[in-house]
Amino acid sequence: MVILAILGLGMSMTRCAPKGPKEAVTGNAASKVYVAPGKYDEFYNIVSGGFNGQIGIYGLPSGRLFRIIPVFSQFPENGYGYSEESKPMLNTSHGYVPWDDLHHIALSVTNGVHDGRWAFANGNNTPRVARVDLKTFHTAEILEIPNSGGNHSSPFITENSEYIVAGTRFSVPMGDKTDVPISTFKQNFKGTVSFISVDKTSGNMNIAFQLTTPGVNFDLARAGKGPSAGWFFFSCYNTEQAYTLLEVNASQKDKDFIMAVNWKKAEEYIAAGKGKKVKAKYAHNVLDEKTHMTVSTMMDEVMQLDPTELKDILYFIPCPKSPHGCDTDPTGEFIVGSGKLAALIPVFSFTKIQQAIANKDFEGEFGGIPVIKYESALQGEVKKPGLGPLHTEFDDKGNAYTSFFVSSEIVKWNVKTLQVLDRIPTYYSIGHLCVPGGPTAKPWGKYVIAYNKITKDRYLPTGPELTQSAQLYDISGDKMQLLLDFPTTGEPHYAEAIPASLITPNSVKFYKIEDNGHPYAAKGEKEARVERKGNQVHVYMTAIRSHLTPDNIEGVKLGDDVYFHVTNLEQDWDVPHGFAVKGAANAEILVMPGETQTLKWKPLTSGVFPFYCTDFCSALHQEMQGYIRVSPASSSVPLKFSTGKIEAEGTGAN
Amino acid sequence: MKYLILILLTVNLACAPDKPKSTEEYPDLTKSAPEAVLTDPTKGIGAVKNVTLKTPIEQERVSRGLAIFEMKCSACHKLDETRFVGPGWKNVTKTRKPEWIMNMVTNVEVMLDKDPEAQKLLELCLTRMPNQNVSIGDARDILEFMRQNDGDK
Repeated sequence: MVILAILGLGMSMTRCAPKGPKEAVTGNAASKVYVAPGKYDEFYNIVSGGFNGQIGIYGLPSGRLFRIIPVFSQFPENGYGYSEESKPMLNTSHGYVPWDDLHHIALSVTNGVHDGRWAFANGNNTPRVARVDLKTFHTAEILEIPNSGGNHSSPFITENSEYIVAGTRFSVPMGDKTDVPISTFKQNFKGTVSFISVDKTSGNMNIAFQLTTPGVNFDLARAGKGPSAGWFFFSCYNTEQAYTLLEVNASQKDKDFIMAVNWKKAEEYIAAGKGKKVKAKYAHNVLDEKTHMTVSTMMDEVMQLDPTELKDILYFIPCPKSPHGCDTDPTGEFIVGSGKLAALIPVFSFTKIQQAIANKDFEGEFGGIPVIKYESALQGEVKKPGLGPLHTEFDDKGNAYTSFFVSSEIVKWNVKTLQVLDRIPTYYSIGHLCVPGGPTAKPWGKYVIAYNKITKDRYLPTGPELTQSAQLYDISGDKMQLLLDFPTTGEPHYAEAIPASLITPNSVKFYKIEDNGHPYAAKGEKEARVERKGNQVHVYMTAIRSHLTPDNIEGVKLGDDVYFHVTNLEQDWDVPHGFAVKGAANAEILVMPGETQTLKWKPLTSGVFPFYCTDFCSALHQEMQGYIRVSPASSSVPLKFSTGKIEAEGTGAN
Repeated sequence: MKYLILILLTVNLACAPDKPKSTEEYPDLTKSAPEAVLTDPTKGIGAVKNVTLKTPIEQERVSRGLAIFEMKCSACHKLDETRFVGPGWKNVTKTRKPEWIMNMVTNVEVMLDKDPEAQKLLELCLTRMPNQNVSIGDARDILEFMRQNDGDK
């Protein structure tokens, strides 16, 4: 009945929609995406939020939004970027930068297969990479990238999560000579691609080495796998080396490049001491799970390798018309380049690339780097696939799915035969797309999701600003079938989807209070107290249903900085407590069970200020409150605190 | 919000939900304790069936029990008879079986839903005792601390 009703609604809506295709949704679509109340989705969809600097966590096939993870953004909902513990996570060499443009997700892999441990993401604007721990869905680490401008070509990952990469979109002047005329691009501007090692146990990131490259724009990248596991492939545009009106000036050449990097070779050169340490300032911020605090360390040098001196690390492969996507198939043999302005898709062969290198089958050099002949590297071309190919993902049956921005469609083609098998429209102007496990050696298949750049008439209008949109298609049959539209937050760029069974069993439910190593934790009400250190007042506060301890505090003076260190004593799933105090200029905080979080508060006037729990926690949540008294700087009110203590009227300090 | 969750939880306990059929089996995230076997209603409901108390009381357990009390229990329970958020602990070992106390500590959701004595206390206090994830071993230590608090030697 319910399904019928939904279908009926869908039909009547499309009739009113100005452009919506009447035939788009067919037959059993509703039942394929219906996840009954209390049931779980089959996949997590981990979706970049673009300019909101966040990651959205959705369920598939339902398209339901479960959680927003703040990464490069402050988040008033839980105090991320506002609490004293999390502020250092957004520290950079430019100071505190609480926003960024998050484009791409890379899930950790072992032997080329999703392992469900971490999600990595890039910050475009102030170049950074982040690691999200999939046990807690918290941002656990952020590493700034020096010598970069626009970290777009990032954070794609190698077959065993040895490295994630960071290729600079903008080439920039670097080193000692950065204050130069823009017109000296060709002479002074360089690119870099950084290889960031990932510790196998902790996941901690470290810039192992940077390769300096000729001045071009790096766009996207993919690691090799299987036979090509020791290689990485980056798409580059603006080989014209334009520094103004790139729309025209960087679209002059018929072909730009895919840059092939032999990172195993680069590792050998580093081990042989061929690297050069270069001064560079960048922040490295790590969350300590035991103390719940982030520590920011300013780094001061980075290891670089110069591929114009070390000849066998880098090779360019010509690729038509400003390539964007650069995707390796599950076998690791084929590399698919997608020229934004091209009307065909070239597919390169790793075996042929190796032969061409061995035979020195080069057409010349670019910036001191050998350029392999196009025909020598080419396996074949997908002819007339559509207009404006952007990205390609793969299923578990040897098929590829390429998004076409200009012609607004997904095109399915066979990797071996290069024949187009099916095409289906998207609404509208698709950017990235995602097949569960699509970039790995073992795609899970089943669905393809389109992340669209334009929403237009798909939903109820909400003024000039509209929701962003994704679309889910069934790919289990020969023909793709549109199942569902679902709105997304921010602007979705790349996303990955992973079976829930790889994440759900490891999901943390609460932090053990016994393990809480926060220096200001109050592990039990006995430890709750208030201490003065000069003009800092530290409140060691506990929260449990339904009271805060202490809940009466006096003796704070104007000019003091008050630190509320709130420890949630609960030890059960889904019992967070919140904390807010009147006039707090930052935010409230949300404290998970067993966790300690700190809100800094600077009172500006004397008086009595209420504080309370902001997360509805129990029947007596509305009773979970207290008062803090602030007196003039000259006052002699002694510091005192209590909970549940009734004083006779007038016996309190004056 | 939490109201809803509690209600859902209650429903889950009353009749186990079907697992998602299209996917692999998940561990039951709403977890509940072992099935109730009401052999002796005064012992409560849960995994603790028989507790042997020793005389004199075991001092090592008492000191561990005190530490757990201070971290996980003292926010709501006082050591005298006064009711705070929950009942005072004085004489609890004289009025309840050791098994009942340990089941209440380790299996609180089921106890509050099914045990008549626990339900009487809920009606009195009107705050559901939270699950503080106390292991059975830790609950045994807390019990020993309660015995000391009640004057056992």
